[in-house]
Amino acid sequence: MAGSEAAQVRLEPDGGMTVNLGPQPPSTHGVLRLMVQLDGEYVRSCEPVIGYLHRGLERMFEARPYRQLVPFTDRLDYLASLNCNLAMSQAIERLGSVAVPERAQYIRVILCELNRLASHLVFFGTFAQDVGATTAFLYAFRERERILDLLEAMTGARLTYNWIRPGGVPADLPEGFAEGVLSFVRDLLKELPLYDRLLTNNPIFRMRTEGVGVISRDVAVAFGASGPVARGSGLSYDIRKTEPYEVYDRLDFDVPVYDEGDCMARYRVRMDEMCQSARILEQCFRDLPEGDIATKMPKVFRPPAGDAYSRTESPRGELSVYMRSDGSPNPQRVHVRAPSFVHLSMLPCLLRGVKLADVIAILGSLDTVLGEVDR
Amino acid sequence: MAAANMTAGQDRRAVAAGQITAGVILLAALLALASVGYHAVERVRDTPVVAFIGEHPLLNAFAKSFIVANFVTLHVLFLIWWERKFAGWMQARLGPKHVGWNGLAQTVADAVKLLLKEDIIPAKADGRLFVIAPFLVFMPTLLTFMVLPFSASWVGYNFGLGALFALAVSTNVSLGILAAGWGANNKYSLLGGARACAQVLAYEVPLAITVLAVVAVSGTVSLVDIGAQQSRWWNIVAHAPVMIPAFVLFLICALAELNRTPFDLPEAESELVSGFHTEYSGMRFAFFYLAEFANNFFMAGLAVTLFFGGWFGPLLPGPVWFTIKTVGLVTAMMWIRWTVPRFRVDQMMGFCWKVLVPASLVVFCASALWGMWVQR
Repeated sequence: MAGSEAAQVRLEPDGGMTVNLGPQPPSTHGVLRLMVQLDGEYVRSCEPVIGYLHRGLERMFEARPYRQLVPFTDRLDYLASLNCNLAMSQAIERLGSVAVPERAQYIRVILCELNRLASHLVFFGTFAQDVGATTAFLYAFRERERILDLLEAMTGARLTYNWIRPGGVPADLPEGFAEGVLSFVRDLLKELPLYDRLLTNNPIFRMRTEGVGVISRDVAVAFGASGPVARGSGLSYDIRKTEPYEVYDRLDFDVPVYDEGDCMARYRVRMDEMCQSARILEQCFRDLPEGDIATKMPKVFRPPAGDAYSRTESPRGELSVYMRSDGSPNPQRVHVRAPSFVHLSMLPCLLRGVKLADVIAILGSLDTVLGEVDR
Repeated sequence: MAAANMTAGQDRRAVAAGQITAGVILLAALLALASVGYHAVERVRDTPVVAFIGEHPLLNAFAKSFIVANFVTLHVLFLIWWERKFAGWMQARLGPKHVGWNGLAQTVADAVKLLLKEDIIPAKADGRLFVIAPFLVFMPTLLTFMVLPFSASWVGYNFGLGALFALAVSTNVSLGILAAGWGANNKYSLLGGARACAQVLAYEVPLAITVLAVVAVSGTVSLVDIGAQQSRWWNIVAHAPVMIPAFVLFLICALAELNRTPFDLPEAESELVSGFHTEYSGMRFAFFYLAEFANNFFMAGLAVTLFFGGWFGPLLPGPVWFTIKTVGLVTAMMWIRWTVPRFRVDQMMGFCWKVLVPASLVVFCASALWGMWVQR
């Protein structure tokens, strides 16, 4: 026993205290470390420390032939790996001017929207947990489980799917997949109002989220925010509309936009997006054409020298891949523009002067995935 | 695939129905057992040995403390199982299932595990404070049970100032929490301890005032007398206009006193890991847990005594009725716990001082007037 000579918690000369949130505690999503300077319960400043999950993916991309790149993208945004598969595949296709059959494009959209739903459900659950509501988490994961079952039936995997590949998709939809998705979508649309009753309309939840972590429109633009974060700040910016890819230009869906810029606005954008994803899924199965599911790609793919940039709307925001080829079988340079990384850079600015509990709420509302931040 | 998805929902419903049936059967068995036990104990009371213990002051005190201490420790085993099961049902899962019938022995297994764990005291902790804190938290709980009337005769000590004693003693929990928060020499613990202390002290004010409102209506501070007055009508029915708001205030304050959601800021797991008991493990941690659940039972029991007619009810014996009502109220608190999010620290304090304190003062004045009117 150290007894009376025990060193007590160190305070800084001005009475402040530095607390490390992470990388271990469950609060920070993934292995993120927040060095928070506290003055009592108030946050003086906050410095996110990243890199705990750095695997050197961008360098690894350069050392592999084009057709081996997609499996790595599963490990970028592991909550929406199909969306990452898509961004990478599109970049490779644009580099080599490969056309993708229409059916494959529809299947890709179906897969991406299913994964978007799964990702937003994780957001709903973890965000509820961040503000202290435990039960919503279980409900969200119950629904997500059905998406994972469906995707498992299709791809054989539950998290790292590796199913959108350059040229198309590896296999057609399994039997009963359409019915499974549509029945899930119907159930989800019935569940969402229940979530609103459980959480969205809860006075305590509103107290915790409304007016907290406000990102003004200008700040959102200045930092390059995208996805639900930008749309929660009043920017109607969705790559699926502004620069449509695959078959999004043929689908009818709305882009939910909220002007408040607070945690609640970002939450509402994601909740509304789930309804839109459900709409997209229904349309896709209605319009799904017959035909090939992939364009044959050569064993050793050598695109002509040049560069390509593919922009996609991942559940977290604008996920883009820049790729440059020098005519060899391996890409010369691959860069991934990860929305989580951009949003995380807003944290020090957002967290100044808030309460400690708000740190977690704001971080949760940005919905970052560290696999994508660290790469 | 689609079929699998559909049957999943039906399975879930079937399982839930099975669980509820099992629960009802368990409850009926428990009630029958409790009634039989009550009559057995009442008969034992008349035997010469027990009569001798009853007359001897020291033996009497020892025997009663022994019974209370064992009750406090053992009923928690059931309460924790019940909370897990209840939370499981709320969250569309099963809860404990494997150890014992429907997981009934799960808590026992956990307690044994905690007992066998290594006793860890962090190197830089203030050893003495760290060691003593769990007992500082547990002791007031134990003491409060001494005045909790399970029936007119089933009460540890029929104390004339029972209600005030219970409030005064239960406040001391904050001392132990602060000791735990400071002694562990951990920043999360420190923040949690400070939050807990501020919260318990703040909510003690409206809590005491609402209890005084009941006292104003009843005209007595003794918990046994307050209970005995409700043989015909429960306070919350007989004095509904003042007692319903008083009960609502009491419930909110009790949740805050117990550090339960939405007031679980001291152990807010998303920002403070687990607050003041972050560094605790093994039996020391178990004591915090024990105290938390025992406090829960006590606060619910206090509410039952003050508002819900204490031990009075048809057919079943008094202590059984008291336990049923108390567990019902504990369940209501669990229901709240697993539904709502957590307040932020400034909202928590603002809510207390700006809403609860004025409201409780109004209720208190109204109760005093109501009491005068009723007595006249």
